[in-house]
Amino acid sequence: MILFDNVSKIYSDSSVALEGISFSVEPNEFVSIVGHSGAGKTTLIKMFLAEEKPTDGAVFFNDTNIQKLKKKEINEFRRKVGTVFQDFRLLPNKTVYENIAFAMEAAGRTDEEIESDVPHVLELVDLAKKIWNFPHELSGGEQQRVAIARAIVNQPDVVIADEPTGNLDPMNTNDIVQILKKINDLGTTVILTTHNKAVIDSLGKRVITMENGKIIRDDKKGKYMV
Amino acid sequence: MFWTKVKRIARSGFYSFWRNGFVSFSGMLVMIITLSVILGTIFLGAILKSSLQEIKNKVDVNVYFVQSASEDDIMAVDKSLQALPEVSSVTYTSADQALSDFKTKHQNDQFTLQALDELGTNPLEASLNVKAKDPSQYEGIAQFLQSSSALSANGASIVDKVNYYQNKDAIDALNRLIDSANRLGFALTMFLVAISILITYNTIRLSIFMSKDEISVMRLVGASRTYIRGPFVISGAMYGLFSAIITLVLFWPITLWLGRVTQNFFIGLNIFSYYVSNFGQIFCIIVFSGVFIGAFSSYLAARKHLKV
Repeated sequence: MILFDNVSKIYSDSSVALEGISFSVEPNEFVSIVGHSGAGKTTLIKMFLAEEKPTDGAVFFNDTNIQKLKKKEINEFRRKVGTVFQDFRLLPNKTVYENIAFAMEAAGRTDEEIESDVPHVLELVDLAKKIWNFPHELSGGEQQRVAIARAIVNQPDVVIADEPTGNLDPMNTNDIVQILKKINDLGTTVILTTHNKAVIDSLGKRVITMENGKIIRDDKKGKYMV
Repeated sequence: MFWTKVKRIARSGFYSFWRNGFVSFSGMLVMIITLSVILGTIFLGAILKSSLQEIKNKVDVNVYFVQSASEDDIMAVDKSLQALPEVSSVTYTSADQALSDFKTKHQNDQFTLQALDELGTNPLEASLNVKAKDPSQYEGIAQFLQSSSALSANGASIVDKVNYYQNKDAIDALNRLIDSANRLGFALTMFLVAISILITYNTIRLSIFMSKDEISVMRLVGASRTYIRGPFVISGAMYGLFSAIITLVLFWPITLWLGRVTQNFFIGLNIFSYYVSNFGQIFCIIVFSGVFIGAFSSYLAARKHLKV
């Protein structure tokens, strides 16, 4: 489903962010990518989201080379991918409802679909009561749950969660991990980057360990070993 | 789907205008200044045009006829002058009329009136007052008066004098002044308008710069460029629309006050009356300028952050 084929990224100041990265992700897999800050986790995600281009190698999604997509095709591709970030990245001047509706509107869904799906997905992340609140009126954990609801509302093929628990306390961290597991159980591929040992150890799923832009371990049922 | 998209963009633009209260307010303040400059230059142009017109109207040429010239001969000259395309009006004043006007004008000056009585005859000449459509055309009219055969009765010229030649230097200087004033006014207008538009563009660019993270999120959820840029353009157009309305309302008391204060200074033009009588046209210019500057600035400014 996802294939990184010998991907390298070298910036203009000749600092190496990624070097010879090769791995694949199968449908319905839950893959965690771990490593210290600066190991290359976020650069890897940016390559997949077509935010940056590799210096060498290629990234494929369902046999399509992502870097060869045209601007319009990039929009369509991104609608098949749900993204969750450490800093939540909600639209501050839109309510919870509008934040989620925006992703659906961008995907060209009808008003009827939006009206029925948004409350439903908010129930899934247990935030139905905060539907008309603005992001600044929510706690960090609640904001992240809105971000997850936005990421899954278009029923994407894959959800990318880049350090989703980085700004959360242990209780909220556990909630978010449980929601991601539930999404995976429902059939969506999940790629999670983190440096939270407890999260990785509790998952018992595939773990890719990175260091200095390279993959140093790839375990089917791994533990946090950095 | 097209109309649904338009409706969503419009709604989103309106919400972002409303919810970004402070940013909208500061953007509108700058826009009001820009529109005031544009409106100010419209008034300045009107004042300049009206003042120059008044001055132009004050310029005329008088043709004085000899005492022996008959009224028929003078009327013939009047007719041939009226036929000239550059002549705007010709007014005949007979010798008797000139005398009575002179007496009225000097009714409090007994010494002059007494001197006039002692003469016994009317020393004043009949005259034609000629006004041209443009001051630059007086030279041609004066030449026509000098050369025309219609001026001759029994071979002798009935024209005593044409006062154009006494006033020639003043008229030439006035022509040059009008030309320069028009050119300078136009250049100044363009300069002020360009500066104000640039300031507005920068203010809007700054407000969109603050939304650059939002724009990148929108790109990451797969929103198209039009869908991201649309609400910014709508917000920009709304800055323009509301600023235009506020500017037009503000200028109501301002022109009312200025009209009263400056009526005697600007010959013949009351700014308030000008504002009221041309309100429809001014409304269209200011609203269109505001909406266009706001929408186009937003369009350009948002483009910069859409590259993700």
